[in-house]
Amino acid sequence: MAAATIALNRFGLGAKLGEAPPSDPRSYLLNQLSIYQPRPAALASMPSRTQIAAQIGDFIDEVREDRPMRRQAARMPQGMRSPMGDEEIPENARRFIRRSIAEQYMVMVAGRMNAAATSNTPFAERLVHFWANHFAVSADKPQVIGMAGLLEFEAIRPHLMGRFADILLAVEQHPAMLMYLNQWHSIGPDSPAAKWVARRGKQRGLNENLAREILELHTLGVDGGYSQGDVTEMARALTGWTVAGLVKGPAARALSGNAVTGDFNYADLIHQPGERTIMGRRYRQQGVGQARAVLADLAAHPSTARHLATKLARHFAGDEPPKAMIDRLALAYMGSGGDLPTVYRAIIDSPEAWAPGPVKFKTPWEWTVSAFRMAGAAEVDGQIVAGLLQQLGQPAWKPGSPAGWDDRAASWAGPDALVRRVEAAEKIAAQAGAGTDARAVAVRLFGETLSPSTAQAIARAESPQQGLALLLVSPEFLRR
Amino acid sequence: MSMIDRRIFLGASAGLTAALGLPRMALATASGDRRFVFIIQRGAADGLAIVAPTGDPAFAGIRGDFARDSAGGTKLDSLFTLHPALAETGKLYAAREALFVHAVASPYRERSHFDGQNILETGGARAYQRQDGWMNRLVGLLPPEEGKALALTATIPPALRGSNQVSSYAPSALPDASGELMRRVTMLYEGDAQLHALWNQAVETRAMAGDGAGGGRRDNGAATGALAARLLSGDKGAHIAFIETEGWDTHANQRGALTRNLRNLDALLAALKGGLGAEWNKTLVVVATEFGRTAAPNGTGGTDHGTASAAMLLGGAVAGGRVIADWPGLTRSQLHEGRDLRPTRGLDALIAGALAQHYGLEPKRAMAILFPNARGVAVEEGLMRS
Repeated sequence: MAAATIALNRFGLGAKLGEAPPSDPRSYLLNQLSIYQPRPAALASMPSRTQIAAQIGDFIDEVREDRPMRRQAARMPQGMRSPMGDEEIPENARRFIRRSIAEQYMVMVAGRMNAAATSNTPFAERLVHFWANHFAVSADKPQVIGMAGLLEFEAIRPHLMGRFADILLAVEQHPAMLMYLNQWHSIGPDSPAAKWVARRGKQRGLNENLAREILELHTLGVDGGYSQGDVTEMARALTGWTVAGLVKGPAARALSGNAVTGDFNYADLIHQPGERTIMGRRYRQQGVGQARAVLADLAAHPSTARHLATKLARHFAGDEPPKAMIDRLALAYMGSGGDLPTVYRAIIDSPEAWAPGPVKFKTPWEWTVSAFRMAGAAEVDGQIVAGLLQQLGQPAWKPGSPAGWDDRAASWAGPDALVRRVEAAEKIAAQAGAGTDARAVAVRLFGETLSPSTAQAIARAESPQQGLALLLVSPEFLRR
Repeated sequence: MSMIDRRIFLGASAGLTAALGLPRMALATASGDRRFVFIIQRGAADGLAIVAPTGDPAFAGIRGDFARDSAGGTKLDSLFTLHPALAETGKLYAAREALFVHAVASPYRERSHFDGQNILETGGARAYQRQDGWMNRLVGLLPPEEGKALALTATIPPALRGSNQVSSYAPSALPDASGELMRRVTMLYEGDAQLHALWNQAVETRAMAGDGAGGGRRDNGAATGALAARLLSGDKGAHIAFIETEGWDTHANQRGALTRNLRNLDALLAALKGGLGAEWNKTLVVVATEFGRTAAPNGTGGTDHGTASAAMLLGGAVAGGRVIADWPGLTRSQLHEGRDLRPTRGLDALIAGALAQHYGLEPKRAMAILFPNARGVAVEEGLMRS
């Protein structure tokens, strides 16, 4: 591939309808770091977190309290997961989730796709998607459905051009993450609240889910040098990090204080008192500052630099990331105090990312975005996009695990997956109509690297739509 | 459970392996119509709840509220009780077609799902050390017929990745592409080795496709079991299948989630047996998870990541009706790191042993190829009816 093609496809998300290849690919990418918009027009009016959290709060209340709806649940043959990931969910509550929160999910899926499909800074958009996958939450859990998009819009987008430490703190304090990894109801065993519930004969305590994933997935990486002891200490440090307005009744004041519903709140009453030792460092702080100090140190740790550098190199230079590039990115990270634009520039400056042959098989999301950009899609319908991504094997914000989607071809290049892309391509091409000349688009997209076989297949197509469908599933278009 | 709903992709093209003349080692000697199904429980299933050691004096104390959850379950022997949601599985046990192995674990001793699953599926010493999975290596040990392998997932899982051809099927709700486009795509991929191979395989499976096994939802175990049975039936069907179940990561309010998951698994197994008919007698099903959960409940009505768990061997070919365990006990000092069930048996030796006996493979050789890391470790003997 020529440099312009690489800038458009490997760094970016594919050319938009009618978009000319950049004459100076490097400046084209660098410029995007300056003109990137955290909140583009496509995301101007997203659902409000306060409102969604209030609905989740009502929902949790319905499921938890001994209400008629709950008794009705006992008669139900099958159910979805409750907010705690567990019991049968009453029909009313289920209907409520479907209608209300799921609608908001669709609005956000549409917003995400519209932002990507219309963006003038597709390299920056790709980085948004990269970090959203790095800090994955999965909207399989009902309480995350309405929040997963907000994590990306509120915690990742505003800090994309900041320091990694900023994204990290914003993500770990975001209600979506606190709910997804069970942090919001993790209680220090020696906290005042734990003692209080113990007197009432109940047992509440620590949940180390978020603590573990912070160390394993978000910062140090699985070989980053932490132990089970560090995980437990981290879990203790994080107690008190919760979300306001989710519970009602006597616990409400303890958990929510005066914070606005749906906001992060630090609740001292559930915090495990005392100093902590994590990765050999002591943290004598009390309160919210304790875990915050740990996060700051984790962000500055060389293991974190290496972990992030490896993932970024894999994303831009191939499934087996070149060691020289990993070293370079890790150095840029450590040398700049985790300044992300410095790392992004190091990616642009890496010859490995400009290797001429395609280095990646597109994920379903990447493929769909590039197809929509090429077809000139705008104002897409959330339900259609969500359904399409589901069928292609990568439903939006639903990787099913906090590790996010795998970034290797082996996960995406399968026989069944390929047939699905062909089916989807025919559908997308039919909707694009006869106005798009796939022959011209192919040349603009791939220039001289367009293979004769693809050019011929498109030229011989029996209709413009069929030509477009063939372009969408051509070897050139499936890879980047 | 993976998305299963409408159309069927049938069979696989492990035969390609032979056609391409790839090397084949230690060919199995048994005759060619055995079936093998591996069901992975993603998320770390709580073995102490599934096959509960109710006869252990420390059980009630450490399990707290959870101790009473086994009431009404099939009594397996003086020590173990099966979870009551596994009623059909209990019947298989009574018919000596189910065998449980307890306090068993892969070589992995940390507590990350992703690494744990990777090791369980690849058979590597460390996560991501190996690029291919032990099920794919198994395909290489079998004659073409018996080596036809299929994953009931949208993409190939790590257990089946590797140099031997395998297939995957998960139903699509997209409209079928037109025949004309399919034909042109076939031509388009002729010069691209990777896409050509994938496409040929897809077309081949499509040609064998049936007309839907009824709508199956991801949490509909019965539909999944019935579909798997269809895909495994007849000479043209796959002979090896990979099925995933999920939702076992019960950090909070475990009771409801676990009961629901076990009911699904129970229905899946019953439907699989029902659908396979006489072929059930030549079938081995292995159910395993990446690691277990803490012996004691956590503060949110659930359990956290642990170490050893329980595994199941099912099928007409299994020498069932018993629980195999070197029971390590549940007092604090007996627990691994003071919190988890201590592993006393290896999943590697169990799976390799069962497969060696099932397919008539030389045990040492099977172990060395399927789980090279455990080379030299003796496989479990006497798991299958001879």
